[in-house]
Amino acid sequence: MARAVTAASRPRATGSVGLLIGTRKGAFILRGDRSRRTWKLFPPMFLGHIIHHLVLDPRDGRTLLMAASTGHLGPTVFRSTDRGKTWKEATAPPAFPKVPEGQQGREVGHVFWLTPAHAREPGVWYAGTSPQGLFRSEDGGVSWAPFSSINDDPQYRAWMGSVQDGTPDGPKLHSILVDPRDPAHLYFAMSGGGVHESRDRGKTWAPLVQGLDVVEGFDPANVAFHDPHCVRLCPNNPDRLYQQNHCGIYRLDRPSDRWMRIGKNMPKQIGDIGFPIVLHPRDPDTVWVFPMDGGSVWPRVSPGGKPAAYVTRNAGKTWVRQDKGFPRSNAWWTVKRQAMTADTNNPVGLYLGTTSGEIWASRTGGANWTCLARHLPEIYSVEAAAL
Amino acid sequence: MTVHIPSALRSYTGHKSWVEAEGRTLAEVLSALERRHPGLRFRIVTEQDRIRPHIRIFVNETQAQTLETPLRPGDQIHIVCALSGG
Repeated sequence: MARAVTAASRPRATGSVGLLIGTRKGAFILRGDRSRRTWKLFPPMFLGHIIHHLVLDPRDGRTLLMAASTGHLGPTVFRSTDRGKTWKEATAPPAFPKVPEGQQGREVGHVFWLTPAHAREPGVWYAGTSPQGLFRSEDGGVSWAPFSSINDDPQYRAWMGSVQDGTPDGPKLHSILVDPRDPAHLYFAMSGGGVHESRDRGKTWAPLVQGLDVVEGFDPANVAFHDPHCVRLCPNNPDRLYQQNHCGIYRLDRPSDRWMRIGKNMPKQIGDIGFPIVLHPRDPDTVWVFPMDGGSVWPRVSPGGKPAAYVTRNAGKTWVRQDKGFPRSNAWWTVKRQAMTADTNNPVGLYLGTTSGEIWASRTGGANWTCLARHLPEIYSVEAAAL
Repeated sequence: MTVHIPSALRSYTGHKSWVEAEGRTLAEVLSALERRHPGLRFRIVTEQDRIRPHIRIFVNETQAQTLETPLRPGDQIHIVCALSGG
């Protein structure tokens, strides 16, 4: 089994953690002390802006990129090179090419996902948009250009579908993953439109959907019907990926191309539906999910109003409920795909944000949970960073 | 001609609510604004040169439907952030 030690996978026994929180009404930083017991919430940044993702560049430890829009204004990217003290706007945010008069061109609704590129490519970033588009910046997020052919490829456009085929606030390209051993080996996912892989730095892509289920009555051979909610790559075993899909929890061990539905091993009354999936920074067998109710009309809230994370420590063979500290009843939480994450400390800290504006954390790998903040706006994303 | 800038866009104009710009069409005025206030245009006009869904642009008191709307010296332009939900 190939192992790769990355910046993300190095243990940090007592490092302080900053949570980068994107909400429907602005961005927030929640900073913990070295013990992760005391937290300070800083005033909102870009109050009133819709912040889908806020990410620290692990290559320099000081550059932050923020995917932003507002209810009125078009999408953009803000960037800070001093850990959030000052911000500048991208001079050329992600945008599709202008098409000739009479043709129907696409328009970026919002930037949804930001991924720093490989450690050997400083200043390079990838962005995923709604509707589905893949973009790249080579100057630290100042200017962006469409990346690779998928944005205009007829087959990919067919798999992307229309606005009506995607999530309620627009179909999305997300889960852009970079193999830490090879900057040319990339993955991304689309809701809807499946998981895709490139081994030649995005020149060509191939679907990676074997073994994934789709909604009953539809043909899983049609890539358009696949809805991966969140795909993650193990930091220290890049041959292993995990996925929380609209239809279950999966694991993929390369070189196989066939996903295994490890969510079948979840308790039947809970099911294996949800949005986020979180990987241990050093143990490729340990994964957390936060199940949602996928019954009848898909409420997408904690089953029974009883929030719980579930952890597997054997790559999905068995799952253990983790709900100590969470409300015992009447807590109808929704946690979005970017709103649950882990730090790299030992023991691992876990963090999640609810659409009802609460941040919860565990310093014990999910064994106990405490509320760090409440009354925030609707939370879209939470990233743990060494701040 | 004068252009009224809504509060959501004044970070681009040095917090000025009124700015001057010249052009024979709305497209030319917006290009002039973009040269002077980089980044402003893309927040209100898409990459396909369509006025964004929750933005309205009025020339004097008439709503402009396209960027090809002709302008005359002395026209007054209002950029308005329309209702977009809570």
